[in-house]
Amino acid sequence: MTATDFSAILPMILIAAASVAVMLAVAVRRHHAVSAAITLLGLALAFAALWPASAVVPRQVTALLLVDRFALFFTGLVIAGTLAVAVLTWSYLSRRQGDHDEMYILLLVSALGAVVLTSASHFASFFLGLELLSVPLYVMIAYLHARKQSVEAALKYMILAGAASAFLLFGMALVYAEMGTLAFAHIAGRLAGSAQGGSLVLLPALALILVGIGFKLAVVPFHMWTPDVYEGAPAPVTAFIATVSKCAVFALMLRLFEGTGAGELPQVSALFDILAIASMVAGNVLALLQRNVKRLLAYSSIAHLGYILVAFQVGGDFGMNAVAFYFVAYFVTLLGAFGIVGALAGPGRDADQIDDYRGLFWRRPLIAGVFTAMLLSLAGIPLTAGFLAKFYVVAAGASTALWLLILTLVVTSGVGVYYYLRVIVALYATETAAGPMPAVPTGAGVVLGVLTAALLFLGVYPGPLLDVIRATVRF
Amino acid sequence: MILLWFIVILLAGGVGAWIAARWSANAARWVALAAVSLDFVLAIQLWISSLGQFDLFRRAVWIRELDVPWVPQLGIHFHLAMDGLSLLMVVLTMFLGILSVLASWREITEGVGFFHWNLMWILAGITSVFVAIDLFLFYFAWELMLIPMYFLIAIWGHGNRTYAALKFFLFTQISGLLMLVSILALAFLHQRATGVFSFQYETLLGTGIAPSTALWIMLGFFVAFAVKMPVFPFHPWLPDAHTEAPTAGSVILAGLMLKTGAYGLIRFVMPLFPDAARQFAPVALALGVVGILYGALLAFGQTDLKRLVAYTSVSHLGFVLVGIFSWNELALQGAVVTMIAHGVSTGGLFVLVGALQERIHTREMARMGGLWATIPRLSGAAMVFALASLGLPGLADFVGEVLVLLGAWENHRLVAVLATVGILAATLYALRFIQRAFHGPNIHQWQLPDLHFREAAVVGSMIAVLLWLGLYPRPVLDTFAPTSERLRQTNMYVRR
Repeated sequence: MTATDFSAILPMILIAAASVAVMLAVAVRRHHAVSAAITLLGLALAFAALWPASAVVPRQVTALLLVDRFALFFTGLVIAGTLAVAVLTWSYLSRRQGDHDEMYILLLVSALGAVVLTSASHFASFFLGLELLSVPLYVMIAYLHARKQSVEAALKYMILAGAASAFLLFGMALVYAEMGTLAFAHIAGRLAGSAQGGSLVLLPALALILVGIGFKLAVVPFHMWTPDVYEGAPAPVTAFIATVSKCAVFALMLRLFEGTGAGELPQVSALFDILAIASMVAGNVLALLQRNVKRLLAYSSIAHLGYILVAFQVGGDFGMNAVAFYFVAYFVTLLGAFGIVGALAGPGRDADQIDDYRGLFWRRPLIAGVFTAMLLSLAGIPLTAGFLAKFYVVAAGASTALWLLILTLVVTSGVGVYYYLRVIVALYATETAAGPMPAVPTGAGVVLGVLTAALLFLGVYPGPLLDVIRATVRF
Repeated sequence: MILLWFIVILLAGGVGAWIAARWSANAARWVALAAVSLDFVLAIQLWISSLGQFDLFRRAVWIRELDVPWVPQLGIHFHLAMDGLSLLMVVLTMFLGILSVLASWREITEGVGFFHWNLMWILAGITSVFVAIDLFLFYFAWELMLIPMYFLIAIWGHGNRTYAALKFFLFTQISGLLMLVSILALAFLHQRATGVFSFQYETLLGTGIAPSTALWIMLGFFVAFAVKMPVFPFHPWLPDAHTEAPTAGSVILAGLMLKTGAYGLIRFVMPLFPDAARQFAPVALALGVVGILYGALLAFGQTDLKRLVAYTSVSHLGFVLVGIFSWNELALQGAVVTMIAHGVSTGGLFVLVGALQERIHTREMARMGGLWATIPRLSGAAMVFALASLGLPGLADFVGEVLVLLGAWENHRLVAVLATVGILAATLYALRFIQRAFHGPNIHQWQLPDLHFREAAVVGSMIAVLLWLGLYPRPVLDTFAPTSERLRQTNMYVRR
């Protein structure tokens, strides 16, 4: 390893160092604010380290990590998302009794796993990153262990994640048996070399790997855990699972399937079509039945992953750019939505029933306005980032004439508007919900303000972000 | 630049009204009124100053234009332009905008600031629809006007408002998405043919598309516009939305939002897909005739006054559809005049029904009867609007419908005959409405205050416009002439 290698992976090093620093600080003296401050500082430095790193890319660091512009874009997104989650966590935990410092260590380790995934170019680093991302999540979900449903959610997630990892490992084993190597680059060479594409061993191997990935992305039919875990986990952790964890795995999937050309095998491509359509349909239809905002957002995020898979199926630069833009919009929107659910949480439970929001506009116009903007963005209404993201996906789909996928997207997102409007109807209802409503903590307020500004800015003037995405998100 | 001002003034007026509501409700109303009045004055001034420019053979098409790159990476421009048709629609928008602010003066007492914010933003959205000629921007504005309208119905509406607002939103949103797919398909086909990726109207005109593909793409646009108009069988949202909306909402829905659909057909469907639209014309004409008769029949059966007026809209917009797809200049002129006339006459009826509801707290005709004795001015005004609606010569609707019928007669005799039956049916529902609500004995012993000054001014100005258009529609036809001429060239119309 040379100094250049180190500057390429500087973001990872800084995040790892921050987690160690929090650990040491806790050993000296527990202090919530200090732990949170170290976490934020570490993440901010890691984000700043993207610039030195971008000076030396693309660079293969050992056989495991390939740091290129693509990796740095998603690393930046993951770090920014984690930063928002960290602030939301601080606001959320400040209101609760108990030891809070471990949460930050877990959050940082999990984020490190996500960053590793964005640069993984080898099955070993893929698995390492995935487990680094997942294992802390088991604890984070059950962090408020006094709540029964949190523990249940954590157990459910752990068992299913274990099963998914088993599928994944079996798939990797088959790949190794077939090719004798675990580097992604060899799959590309192999596929380019063989005339008929995938072999009888490679195709099942890819399918098994897809099961593991599908579980993390929570696409139908691997979505069963999603509503329970989203409901049981503390709101900021839910936000982390919904955004950072999915985005990192998706980045890896792009590299594995798009970068090597494995996604273009007809059988694999058909699988992705099925996943996309099933997610869009099931996610939107099941969301119609929910009375709990967290479960509603869970199904909605399943549907959104379906939309992103449409862009993935387009492939090429256009498709990948659409994926990247959609993820940015998705981050802003979901972090905002879960941020509000967490910010309005009472001491006992999160504000997760639709009825909790009844008439919120007449009591708290500002926070209700922010929530409305987030919901409209999820529904894909103009002036918001979600609109342009959906537009980009439909444009990408139209450019390659994926009419079936586009039609499914249009019809299901029409259905989707209905359940977002149900929440909005509650927000503006003239009769208000009973019970006290806690004030929005300053930290969460700042994050929500920034996210809303980003939402509107991207919805009205997406040019600068598009420039960044076009320059970075390609192989 | 003035085009941008039209929109910015309304947007700012909305924000201003919301802020002003912190001090007093009246301040919010005045701010909104000032903003939309300023726009009205600007629009009238623009109309007068450009009256001389509506020369049939002028080279430049647009009176005013503004083109700024917006998202150059995706070929999207912020491109506004105005020709005679847009100008007429913008003037109508501002006129009805003023009236809807005035009509809500006493009706809306809760959330006044937010109400006026919504009202101003709807008007801004509608104005943008009428002047946007980048297809992306058009779609953007098209969707943008939905949300404030949704709030207007869902918060300040009557009885079953949540259901009505949802239905309205879902119908328009889903049909809008189909239009988005069509817009994108058109842009990509254009790119495949020429290598240029663009959403610009002028660029996309004359894109050579295979006829079968063109028909599908045109249908995407047509469905979106047909839902808004509304064309039978896409109308089920309309009676609910119109009935439950507050007065201002009904006026804007009927007077303006329905017109965006008709405008879209004239501006986009016909010139972009001349052949496909012509091929589709028999179907559209049939739908138009069914709409005329079906709307009139249902209007005749209603006992709720707002529902009655709502169904007459289906009937009148059927005339507009027939006028557009009759494929000649006369009928098209008739369609445009009908659009404006219907906006004013139906808007007037909604204002009066709203005023009546404020006084007797019901819209059921059975609870009325003999009102002429106690509120002669309101009743007389209602009769003028009802007569306009049934097509009495001398009032605006007559001019439009007769032009449509004359035009339709040239190409499609049967359509003209059946549409004429629709006018007959209009006589029945309009007279039944007047007779049951205002004539006869005052069985419920109503003692009501008559129209006061503000209401009388609103209604009086609308009657004046109806008379003006009924007696001297020339300025409107002249203003529309260059647009019509251009359509004649792209769509191979017969001139007379």
